[in-house]
Amino acid sequence: MNARADDLQVRNRQMMGKLLVVAVGMLGFGFAMVPMYRQICEAIGISQQRVVASGNTQVDTSREVTVELLASSAGLPWTFEALDRNVKLHPGQVTTVRYRVVNTLGRPVTAHAVMNTAPALAQRYIEKQACFCFSNQTLQAGESREMPVVFYVSPKAPEDLTTISLSYTFFEALKGRT
Amino acid sequence: MSHATTAHDHGHGEAHDHHGPPAGFTRWMYTTNHKDIGTMYLWFSFTMFLMGGMMALLIRAELFKPGLQLLDPQFFNSLTTVHGLVMVFGAIMPAFVGFANWLIPMQVGAADMAFPRMNNWSFWLLIPAALLLVGSFFVPGGAAASGWTLYPPLIIQQGMSIDMTILAVHILGASSIMGSINIVTTILNMRAPGMTLMKMPLFVWTWLITAYLLIAVMPVLAGAVTMLLTDRHFGTSFFNAAGGGDPTMFLHIFWFFGHPEVYIMILPAFGIVSQIIPAFARKPLFGYASMVYATASIAILSFVVWGHHMFTVGMPAAGNLFFMYATILIAVPTGVKIFNWISTMWRGSMTFETPMLFSLGFIFLFTIGGFSGLVLALAPVDITLHNTYYVVAHFHYVLVSGALFAIFGGIYFWLPKWTGHMYNEGMGKLHFWASMVGFNIAFFPQHFLGLAGMPRRIPDYALQFTEWNAISTVGAFIFGFSQLIFLYNVIACIRSGKAAEQKPWEAADSLEWTHLPTPAPYHTFETAPVIK
Repeated sequence: MNARADDLQVRNRQMMGKLLVVAVGMLGFGFAMVPMYRQICEAIGISQQRVVASGNTQVDTSREVTVELLASSAGLPWTFEALDRNVKLHPGQVTTVRYRVVNTLGRPVTAHAVMNTAPALAQRYIEKQACFCFSNQTLQAGESREMPVVFYVSPKAPEDLTTISLSYTFFEALKGRT
Repeated sequence: MSHATTAHDHGHGEAHDHHGPPAGFTRWMYTTNHKDIGTMYLWFSFTMFLMGGMMALLIRAELFKPGLQLLDPQFFNSLTTVHGLVMVFGAIMPAFVGFANWLIPMQVGAADMAFPRMNNWSFWLLIPAALLLVGSFFVPGGAAASGWTLYPPLIIQQGMSIDMTILAVHILGASSIMGSINIVTTILNMRAPGMTLMKMPLFVWTWLITAYLLIAVMPVLAGAVTMLLTDRHFGTSFFNAAGGGDPTMFLHIFWFFGHPEVYIMILPAFGIVSQIIPAFARKPLFGYASMVYATASIAILSFVVWGHHMFTVGMPAAGNLFFMYATILIAVPTGVKIFNWISTMWRGSMTFETPMLFSLGFIFLFTIGGFSGLVLALAPVDITLHNTYYVVAHFHYVLVSGALFAIFGGIYFWLPKWTGHMYNEGMGKLHFWASMVGFNIAFFPQHFLGLAGMPRRIPDYALQFTEWNAISTVGAFIFGFSQLIFLYNVIACIRSGKAAEQKPWEAADSLEWTHLPTPAPYHTFETAPVIK
C-alpha cells in the first residue's frame, strides 16, 4: 500500500514535469511568434518596411515627362539661368531643380519671377511645392543667389503631354509694391 | 453557510473522520481538501459574477437612453473592459474549476487531487488577482479602458491601472496552469482500477481536454501581456510602430490564446450538460465516443481559427479565406454534440426539473449563439458586423446562455450531493424562467442593433437605436436581479433544505451518485472502488 502510494507520487511528479515543459515551451512559442510574424509578413509582401520602401504610391512609373527649363529676364540686367537644361521625371515624382541669378547692376533690385509653360495647358499640371516665384526677390548690387523649385507633374496630366517647357521670367517689381 | 455543510460532513457515511476539518478561517486558508477548494472556487466565482453583473447593469443603465446620462465616457470604457475580464477570468473559468475540484476526484474514484497543496495555491492566487483587477478602479486614471482584449497602442498609453491589470492576468494565468496540471495528472494517473479513459464521465473528458488547452495557451497570453509590460516600461517596441513594432502582431498573439480560451469556457459546459441530460431523459448518453472525439476535434481546430477575430486588419484574402473555412469546419463537431444531446432525449422518459430546464435552455440558446457565430465566421459578412452589437449578442449567447446556464444547471444538479439538502424546486424553476426571459429580452435585440450598425463599447448612440436599447436594458435588469433568487435558493438549501436522498436523480450514473452517500463525506474513495 505504501509502496503503491510512493509510486503514485513519483508518477504524479513526472507528469507535472512533462506538463510544465509544455507550459514553458508555449511561453517560448508566444515570444517566437514575434520573429515568425515578421517573416510571414515579409514572405507574403505585407511587410511594413516594404510599404515604406516603395514610397509615394501616387507615382505613375509607366511613363516619363521631359521638362525643359528656361530662364530669362525682361528689361532687367540680371543674369538668370537654369542649372540643368532639362529633367526627365515620372508624373507624381517630386523633383528639385536649381536656378542661378546674378544682379549685375550697381544698386539693389527687387524683382518678381513669372512662370509660363509651353504648351500653355501644361501649366495646370505643374504642382509647385516651393518656388522663388512665390514672392519678390531682392538682390544687393552684384549679389548672386541659387534658388530651388520643388515641383511634380500631376499624374492627371494627359498621356500625350510628353514634353513641357517651363520658363521663368524676372520682371522688376513696381515701386511701392513688395 | 459553509459551517452548516461542515456539520453535516461530520456525521455521515464512511467518513470515519479521525481528522475532520478544523473549524474557522484557517480551515479554508490551509485546506488541501478538493471539496473545500471546490466550494471556495464556486463562492469566489459567484462573488465575481455579481460584481461583473453590477458593472453590466451600469453599462445598460447608461445605454437606456441616447446621450450621456449617468457615466463619464472614460468610466464607461473601464466598465466594459473590467466587466469582460471579471466575467471571463473571475466568474466563468473559476466556476468550472470549482466543478472540476468537486467532481473529478469523485468521478474517477480518486481520494483527492494529485497535488493538494498546489490546489490550495491555485485558489488563493485568485484573491490578489481579483483585488488588483477590481482595485484598479480606484487608482488615478481609472481602470483599464481598452476593452478586455487589451489592444495596443491604447493600452500602452493609459496609467498604472494597466500594470495592475497585466499583473492580475499573470497571476490568473499561473493559477490556471497550476489548476490544469493538477486536473490532467489526477485524471491520467489516479483513476480507480477499471476506470478506463473511455468509461470516464463526459464531464471528466471535457475537463481533460480543457486542461490541455489551458496549459497550451495561458503561457501565450502571459507572453503577450509581458510584451505589453516591457513596451510600457522597459523600452521595447514589440507593438510600438514608432520603434519598428506592429500593433497588429498583438492581435495575432492575443487571439492565438483567445480562441482556444472561448472553448476553455464552453467545453466543461458541454461536459456538464452531457451528464445532466441522460439523467433526466433516463437514457444513456447517445454517441458517447463521438462526443469525446467531437470535443477533441473542437479543441484541435481551435488553434487554427484565431484569424476570424481580425478579418478587418488587412490580412491577405487567402488568409481570410483559410480562417473562414477553418472556423466553419468547427460547426461540424459542434453539430455532432447538439444532435447527440437531442438523440439522447429522443423517446426518453423526460422530466423537467431545474437542472434539465437549464440544460434545455443551454441547447436552445447556445445553438442560436452558434448560428450567429457562423454568420460572423463569413469574412465578407464579418467586415460589416465587426465591432457591432451583433458580436456582443453572439458571444453573450454562447457565454451566458451557454457557459453560465450550464453552470447553473450543474449547481442545481449536484447541490444535493454537495450539501445533502434539496434546493427549492419551485424557486429553481422561477430562477430559470426569469433568467431565460430576461436574458432573451436583454440580448436578442442586440442582434438587430448590430445589424443596423450600432458599434460596441460606445456610451452614446444614434437616436434610431433607442427602442431596442431601452428594451435590452429592461431585460438586463430582469436577468441581473433574478440571480438573487439563485443566491437565496442556494443559501436556503445549504441552511435548511430538506434532506436529499442518496440519489435524487433516478438515472444519474457516475460514481459520486452510485458509490457515495449523500452528502458526499469530507474524505471519499480513500480506498479506490473497482469499476467493472
